Amino acid sequence: MVNISRGINYSVLPQLPFNLSGTVLCLCPMQSQMQFSAGYGSHLPNYSAPSGHYSQVPHKAAASHLDNQYRASYYPNYYSAPAQNVMTSVGSNVLNAQESQQLYNSTPHTGGSSDRPVQGAISSASYLHMSAQQSYSAFDNHYSTSVSSSVASQGFPLNSDHYAMPMVSGAMYPNVSYPAVAAGGVYGQTFTSQNLPAVGQLKETNAFSSQSTSVPHSLQQHVPVGHNKTLPTVSSAQSVQDKLSRNLTGSVAKYGGYVNNQASSAPAPLSSSSDDEEEDEEDEEAGWFSPCFHPLKLFLPLRQSITLTHQPSKASKPFGYGYPALQPGYQNATPPTPVQPSNPGHHPGVNQLSSSLGGLNLQHSQQPESLRPVNLTHDRNILPVSSVPAPVPNLNSDLRKLNCSPDSFRCTLTNIPQTQALLNKAKLPLGLLLHPFRDLTQLPVITSSTIVRCRSCRTYINPFVSFIDQRRWKCNLCYRVNDVPEEFMYNPLTRSYGEPHKRPEVQNSTVEFIASSDYMLRPPQPAVYLFVLDVSHNAVEAGYLTIVCQSLLENLDKLPGDSRTRIGFITFDSTVQFYNLQEGLSQPQMLIVSDIDDIFLPTPDSLLVNLHESKELIKDLLNALPNMFTNTRETHSALGPALQAAFKLMSPTGGRISVFQTQLPSLGAGLLHSREDPNQRSSTKVVQHLGPATDFYKKLALDCSGQQTAVDLFLLSSQYSDLASLACMSKYSAGCIYYYPSFHRSHNPAQAEKLQKDLKRYLTRKIGFEAVMRIRCTKGLSIHTFHGNFFVRSTDLLSLANVNPDAGFAVQMSIEESLTDTSLVCFQTALLYTSSKGERRIRVHTLCLPVVSSLSDVYAGADVQAVVCLLANMAVDRSVSSSLADARDALVNAVVDSLAAYMSTASNLQQSMLIAPNSLKLFPLYILALLKQKAFRTGTSTRLDDRVYAMCQMKSQPLVHLMKMIHPNLYRIDKLTDESTIHVNDRVVPQPPLQKLTAEKLTREGAFLMDCGSIFYLWIGKNCDNNFIKDVLGYPNYASVPQKMTQLPEVDAPSSERTRSFISWLRDSRPLSPVLQVIKDENPAKTDFFQHLIEDRTEAAFSYYEFLLNIQQQICK
Amino acid sequence: MESVVFIFSLIDCCALIFLSVYFIITLSDLECDYINARSCCSKLNKWVVPEVIGHAVVTVLMLISLHWFIFLLNLPVATWNIYRYIMVPSGNMGVFDPTEIHNRGQLKSHMKEAMIKLGFHLLCFFMYLYSMILALIND
Repeated sequence: MVNISRGINYSVLPQLPFNLSGTVLCLCPMQSQMQFSAGYGSHLPNYSAPSGHYSQVPHKAAASHLDNQYRASYYPNYYSAPAQNVMTSVGSNVLNAQESQQLYNSTPHTGGSSDRPVQGAISSASYLHMSAQQSYSAFDNHYSTSVSSSVASQGFPLNSDHYAMPMVSGAMYPNVSYPAVAAGGVYGQTFTSQNLPAVGQLKETNAFSSQSTSVPHSLQQHVPVGHNKTLPTVSSAQSVQDKLSRNLTGSVAKYGGYVNNQASSAPAPLSSSSDDEEEDEEDEEAGWFSPCFHPLKLFLPLRQSITLTHQPSKASKPFGYGYPALQPGYQNATPPTPVQPSNPGHHPGVNQLSSSLGGLNLQHSQQPESLRPVNLTHDRNILPVSSVPAPVPNLNSDLRKLNCSPDSFRCTLTNIPQTQALLNKAKLPLGLLLHPFRDLTQLPVITSSTIVRCRSCRTYINPFVSFIDQRRWKCNLCYRVNDVPEEFMYNPLTRSYGEPHKRPEVQNSTVEFIASSDYMLRPPQPAVYLFVLDVSHNAVEAGYLTIVCQSLLENLDKLPGDSRTRIGFITFDSTVQFYNLQEGLSQPQMLIVSDIDDIFLPTPDSLLVNLHESKELIKDLLNALPNMFTNTRETHSALGPALQAAFKLMSPTGGRISVFQTQLPSLGAGLLHSREDPNQRSSTKVVQHLGPATDFYKKLALDCSGQQTAVDLFLLSSQYSDLASLACMSKYSAGCIYYYPSFHRSHNPAQAEKLQKDLKRYLTRKIGFEAVMRIRCTKGLSIHTFHGNFFVRSTDLLSLANVNPDAGFAVQMSIEESLTDTSLVCFQTALLYTSSKGERRIRVHTLCLPVVSSLSDVYAGADVQAVVCLLANMAVDRSVSSSLADARDALVNAVVDSLAAYMSTASNLQQSMLIAPNSLKLFPLYILALLKQKAFRTGTSTRLDDRVYAMCQMKSQPLVHLMKMIHPNLYRIDKLTDESTIHVNDRVVPQPPLQKLTAEKLTREGAFLMDCGSIFYLWIGKNCDNNFIKDVLGYPNYASVPQKMTQLPEVDAPSSERTRSFISWLRDSRPLSPVLQVIKDENPAKTDFFQHLIEDRTEAAFSYYEFLLNIQQQICK
Repeated sequence: MESVVFIFSLIDCCALIFLSVYFIITLSDLECDYINARSCCSKLNKWVVPEVIGHAVVTVLMLISLHWFIFLLNLPVATWNIYRYIMVPSGNMGVFDPTEIHNRGQLKSHMKEAMIKLGFHLLCFFMYLYSMILALIND
């Protein structure tokens, strides 16, 4: 039947440093003779799985044999669709970054380079094996039916206020729901409703979380079993909506891509039915970019008439393909029209149209959803039932499918204003929020000897370029016409020549290239880890060393790296101690350098040692270290000299320095003095010392950054430690910062547990070395400010010594030249890094957004979460450079200005009411939440370090985590029912609705869970049902529940099971596993919990309603 | 005596002009990505203090020699120079900070500032030249 080419094997081995030539080979015709297996894209994992088996077997014949064998054994039932996509020799593959990471680590290293391919293959294969089956089973049949976006699903049971017309939205859902499933359930839950011609039934598939690699087969059962199930309540419908819109662009895009491949890879009986349609889409896309526009085949008469009447010159606008989802016939009913400010409630164009188009009221209710006016002071229930979805750019369905996932790439305005003047009028910030190195469950990896880029702006080829003819493509960023290289003409997906537009680079907006030596300034560095540990009295007292050493011991084999991985340790108190771990020594040697004014390395060669060669010595050291300093009386801390030593040690190679510090550095270079005045903690006026006290740490960070070394700071301190100064070492060297206030191993078990969990993630997560990131945007836009942890080396080049999957970035943009002559703008981030396996890779994300010329369209496309996150970043800058009061004012002004601007566009609105467009209805709430956040609050006692840490978090957290930090999710969990559940793996996960963050929602009879991102609070009411306490908490009554409880016992009762599955589902959706804290009324931690109820009034701050009145007052002024 | 004052001012002014040109060239190098922010800033920060001193000396000299008009002309610029130098936050590496220079349009404002200073110094140059010739003739 179908064989897998060796191309896959190679493509599964991206971790191997010098195996690239093999992949290059794949592109030559010889390879094309082979039969490629199905499984490009989401299918890949399935097929890549066997690669592990036969990568040990060098021969093709053997490979195919094994392949069959494998298929027989793993997917006997599911291989019903031989049409599944063709895996290509390009070496696209799908890697669950996180998973594979773990598996690399679990693979023992034997050291020899010749062994590596096999190892890598096995490890990725073994992982893929797991996730593969999941996606496979979920997708098996969908593929053939999902070919076109216009396959309308019937009876999609969603009915939500976001999509007023259920039928209409149904048309879109099928496309949308796959990605979530295949994405490995980044969000843990998915829902698929699909009208399958083949099967002829409605099917609900419930998927799994990305973290849970177990239960591979469970889904296979779900697929058939779950059919005919409709969602019982709106709540899960909402959550689905959330999922789908989050996953929409990027993942859908991929499917679109795969589907295309499938359709064109004709040996496919199943796909033949969809073939034509697909071809149409393909044509459409080609026509899309070509100078002369061909009218869309699907919607002929309407489209033409409308475009002609309104804006014939802009027939090419992607606008007008309808807001989120329309049935094909109506999609074209919304061409771009000039602003008609009179009626914000409806899309201006719609009014004109509805008269001429008679029965198209459908459109009427569709488009204005994001513009529907919401009276904020009257409408109190603005919070959605499930989490807030990211808005979907108003592009045509092809482009939307291809677009980048909003999880990696989000813009504050999904409709880009045409001119800076228009942007100024809207009073909303324009910027991007990036999460480029996020753990992905699927990622096409491309190996090719030439990476196709624009000759003038160096943009990577992406789905949004246009092919003028077979041999030329036009860059979508600078509009230069480039030649298509010979190699690119060959399309390994279809094994045909002359179809450059079907290459995976052009079908996926998120791709990873394996870079050639052109992208290296030096040979790829090995993974090098240096741990710098505080061992002063304070540190020993806090007892963190035990946890760190224990975690390291446990995860030593899982540290990302290859056979060259090196590791070293430095400890310091008033002196600096080095550890000689050279292979051959019987035990680790400690070398003490007491000359901290002029630090030197005692034995430069043997301090950083090969992890594998000296493993025993390292283990000895880690076992001995916690007890080595138990009786120390040294209270000083010479952090500066220790860091200088660390820098000297690391500078030849680069790598990662992890610093553990427990107090204010008091000796040597970089010593700091306490700047905090405890009496000023709750001051409402001036908060000083938010900036660094010295430039020592900044200089050090820049030196480190220059030598490709990142410094990660773990601050475990009970007193003020001047995080504002210390944080500089991580901020500018692209490190990350962890802060554990009042850390003590036994007195504060919650923090200890958090450190343990954070360390586990920290040590095992993927890491990229010597990275640079460049953000390019369409000519006319320019980036003027960057937020995040990095050093801006030149105007658009960010230097990242290390990059980790938990780092987020933000940029602010301005419109330099008017964008009137373009209808689309694109943004591209390219992250070039060295993987832990010593391989140079480029991860490219491309986002495409429409340009609009009317103010109401700008508001319609506003992404309120992105806006709030960007504003938070800007406010941090402002509070450091100017003052906290300024930053707070600026935040309030941002709401006031934008709402006032919106209300002024709508002349018929009653000025006495506070009206916001639906897209921005949460804006005031989020801003109030920001003002009450630790970083910006005044009046409430806040320790300076806590405040600074919150600011650091805002700058470096990706959007999803930041939003939880700003506005936590509150759920009532004492009455979880089996209604409105979703299925994850074989678990049933209840979906309680989101509650407003106000004490009014708390009842003494209930139990509430608050998800703050990094911590869960479980608040138990005084009169909470004893059954709940007994079943879930495992105690007989309220009084007997202990004060410090961080675990839920495993009780065999339905309510306990539901609660635990809900909490673990929440945990699975994020990289850092949060700590659970049970809170009773008399618990001191109660204040932490109640501080998060941001809609309530506190002594120092407004309630939500007061805040709205305040805004209204300011607008009327 | 007066001529000596102006000859000195003229030389000082020449130096300041060269310095302004150097600032502009270095900043535009950074803009065009020929040098990196780190080296650009360390180059420029070296010359911030000499610039402040050079300008302050002329200003004081004009005050001493009772050339009120020229003194008042120089005063705002000298004050700005000193203010800028003093107001550098403690954590920054100088007036030009490599971590900030690409943010919030700082590069552009530095550039603009250098341009304005260049114009100002050119104006001063001709004024000193004229005054010097006048003084020499009077002597």
